[in-house]
Amino acid sequence: MGEVKLFFGPNHPGMHGNFSVHLYVEGDTVVKAKPLPGFLHRGFEKLMERRTWFQNVALIPRICVPEPDINEVCYSMAIEKIAKIDVPERAQWIRMIVLELARIANHLWSFAGIGGPLGLYTGPFWGVADRDRILDIFEQLTGARIYHMYIIPGGVRKEMPSKIQDMISQTLDYIESRLPDYENLILRNRIVQTRLKGIALLDRESALTMGVTGIGLRATGVPYDLRKVDPYLYYNYVDFEVPTATEGDAYSRIKLKYLEIKQSIRIIRQVLEKMPEGPINTKFSDGNALRYRVPKGYAYVHVEATRGEYGYFVVSNGEDKPYRVTVRGASYPQGLYGIEKYLPGTRIEDVPIWLDTMGVCAPEIDR
Amino acid sequence: MEKSFFAPVKAWKFLFEKPVTIKVPKEKRKASERYRGFHINDWDKCIGCGTCSKVCPTDAIQMVEVPVLEKKFGEKPQRPSIDYGRCSFCAMCVDICTTGSLQMTREYVHLSSQPEAFIFVPTEKGIKNVENVEIGWIKDEDSELLELERVEMEMIEAEERVKSFIEYVKGYSKEQAIHEAARCVECGICTDRCPEHMDIPEYIKSIWLDDLEEGLRWLYKTNPLSSVCGRVCTHRCEEVCAISNRGEAVAIRWLKRYIVDNVPSEDYMKILNFNPKPKEERIAIVGSGPAGLSAAYFLATMGYKVDIFESLAKPGGVMRYGIPRYRLPDEALDKDIALIQALGVRIFTNTTIGKDIKLEELKEKYDAIFVSTGFTLGRSTGVPGTDHPKVVQALPLLKDIRDYLRGEAPKPEIPETLVVIGGGNVAMDVARSVARLQKMEYGKVNVKLACLERNFEEMPADMEEIIEGKEEGVEFYPGWGPIRIMIEKDEIKGVEFQKCLEVFDSDGKFNPKFDANNKMILQGDMVVEAIGQAPDYSYLPEEIKSKLQFIRGRILTNEYRQTDIPWLFAGGDIVNGPDIIHGVADGYWAARGIDDYLSSKERS
Repeated sequence: MGEVKLFFGPNHPGMHGNFSVHLYVEGDTVVKAKPLPGFLHRGFEKLMERRTWFQNVALIPRICVPEPDINEVCYSMAIEKIAKIDVPERAQWIRMIVLELARIANHLWSFAGIGGPLGLYTGPFWGVADRDRILDIFEQLTGARIYHMYIIPGGVRKEMPSKIQDMISQTLDYIESRLPDYENLILRNRIVQTRLKGIALLDRESALTMGVTGIGLRATGVPYDLRKVDPYLYYNYVDFEVPTATEGDAYSRIKLKYLEIKQSIRIIRQVLEKMPEGPINTKFSDGNALRYRVPKGYAYVHVEATRGEYGYFVVSNGEDKPYRVTVRGASYPQGLYGIEKYLPGTRIEDVPIWLDTMGVCAPEIDR
Repeated sequence: MEKSFFAPVKAWKFLFEKPVTIKVPKEKRKASERYRGFHINDWDKCIGCGTCSKVCPTDAIQMVEVPVLEKKFGEKPQRPSIDYGRCSFCAMCVDICTTGSLQMTREYVHLSSQPEAFIFVPTEKGIKNVENVEIGWIKDEDSELLELERVEMEMIEAEERVKSFIEYVKGYSKEQAIHEAARCVECGICTDRCPEHMDIPEYIKSIWLDDLEEGLRWLYKTNPLSSVCGRVCTHRCEEVCAISNRGEAVAIRWLKRYIVDNVPSEDYMKILNFNPKPKEERIAIVGSGPAGLSAAYFLATMGYKVDIFESLAKPGGVMRYGIPRYRLPDEALDKDIALIQALGVRIFTNTTIGKDIKLEELKEKYDAIFVSTGFTLGRSTGVPGTDHPKVVQALPLLKDIRDYLRGEAPKPEIPETLVVIGGGNVAMDVARSVARLQKMEYGKVNVKLACLERNFEEMPADMEEIIEGKEEGVEFYPGWGPIRIMIEKDEIKGVEFQKCLEVFDSDGKFNPKFDANNKMILQGDMVVEAIGQAPDYSYLPEEIKSKLQFIRGRILTNEYRQTDIPWLFAGGDIVNGPDIIHGVADGYWAARGIDDYLSSKERS
């Protein structure tokens, strides 16, 4: 049988976002895989150089659609680091709530995403509906459901609405009550286990060599989580565990996501308890937003995204616009090198499983 | 987790649950309280400053001209139009809105087959054009993107400054000036308001970029008396500043002063780099006040040969002899005049037109004449006793004090107790100057100021003058009209006042009404009348005077300050008034008018 070139994505139900992989297949076995990024290249980094420091707050969330808040946090923390600003404590705790809620939402979204390639369509229904509950919180808290533009350099934009704490607690209770359902539906599902175990394997050595972080790495037994390794915000003041697995396959990764939801719920509950009253932002520059300036300097900051280490390198030469911003997209290694290296030998239907469980996010690769 | 065949089957229980989705459009979902939906804009509040359009990260906001809006100071006849194809609903426009007119609603559905329907100019009724739209995202203190408080100007404390005539406003440091400049939103509403239309946003931006040479070039494009105006301008610009709608106006005047104070005068010519083509025509200017100096500057930069005739010993007019030294030191004025002289303008002092040289003679020698002789005669209340020698006019007194401080005249007689009649800035100048002299002479201040206006807001004087005067010990009695000067044995004892009920009648005309039963006496051994000034046209020959038109004492001119006699131009207080910046504007327009007049004469 001859080799066939198959264009997998961007229009393919198993594809995550505007991303494409050219598969050279013999039968249904992949012989060669070539990732084809760039469909979402908007030149974010260049655009940022043309916009003022504050205007960028509206641009950066778009670098990661399912989890936009990491961008806001990274960008803000980088500026705060350069400008040597002390962010009010309350703002930092609010940021933690936002980040952890986004993590839960993203993992739920991932349960939805895995449903497509597995043919398990209850997953998408549940995942999306439950994620919407978190988006409801975001809507109450930030005024928008997807692109929140809530975390700004110096703190957050607005005080939390009065009844949001109850809403968050109730939603967390609800999601916790739903976890057994997800366990039954996905994790204990005989078909899912047969289908995912031993699939899309990544060993520890390769993961470390490629620079894969996050769940991809933790599934190989390395407890590398920036919240523990290099605590930012107030993650060193809350108790949580970093779940790890040793199998390094798709099933262990989806299981880790499930376990991480539990940890995130735990974190948010602690935050709600420990969060002090007080101011929620401080100005990082003189004047109005059109004329904010950041002193000369540079900073690299990173946070733990659902897909791994997410970092911003920001350079300022003291003007009203950034001189350079570089984004370290967390899924860069698994999305480009990983596909090229580890898809050959697998079957066509395993391709979306790699994409979903490794968390390949097209815009953060394209930028 | 163990494998189970039956585990997923548990999901079947959801067959009996209600769906989580809602049936749109039958059912409507309400957006959250701070939802960032479509905009609304309160047109009564909006001033069309365009700050929303500047901050918009996606360029979704364009300012569109709205012809139905009437043109007025402090407002531009334009309103934001929002392109929802571009809008990212970030609400930065709302958070930076200078007036707070722009807000977001909880509306999030808009359907139309017409692409144009997605570009719209929001009004109070929102995109659906209904009353009482539900408000979503509004700005609060935390989300504010403007800086509403100005950088405080350091001043010498009242107790200290009243002991001398030292300039008490210290001026901004570099850091303070850059900080203050960063508050400007570059709307340009100030430029529209300034009589001289100075390029205010441009020079403030130069300060922000720390490019003072560029800032100086912007200043001297329109105002040769920047050093003076940076200190004593009436700053109409600040009254309309967009930031002043909710906060304190940008300190435009102090920023102007910061530029001129921080560029050495030796560098002026190099930075400004005038290179006019010399012209043959000669122009005479009568009076070296703001209008005369300004006209001389603009004419000189056009290449004309300009001579100024000044009747007093030094040039500057009211800037030299009226405004007290604690507000405008001689050095600041000298700096401005030096530049004008460096341009080749000759100033003949101690030369009174009409006395030393006749205006007709001047006409023989020069191609055009610009008169800006100002208001030099004082007005009197005319109440009994004002003919007493110790009832004096404000302007001569201020001149005596300034000459004395310069060491050019003997010490004027300093009263131990003084009553000032008048509520304008000149009255303030007298009160505060005499307060200083009293402090220096007797160690204590005893100045009482009475005026017709019933409260501080009605008084024509600047509020800061009143507040600072109060701090320095001047006592204020607003709402009193003088009846008579009380004189005993040829000595002034005080002034008797009656309560003023109304200053202006219903038509807005000056027509004070008094309550004759409510009287008050202010003790004082000297009285100063500072109720206004009048022009002195005695230098104009009858023949010329008869050809000119006068409106309430002021000469009527066209836009270019040209009188009915083509070669005679006029400006300053005798045409417009009432302050320096109006004089500068007159000088500018007159210079353009004279240039037009002379070039057209040449052609014919």
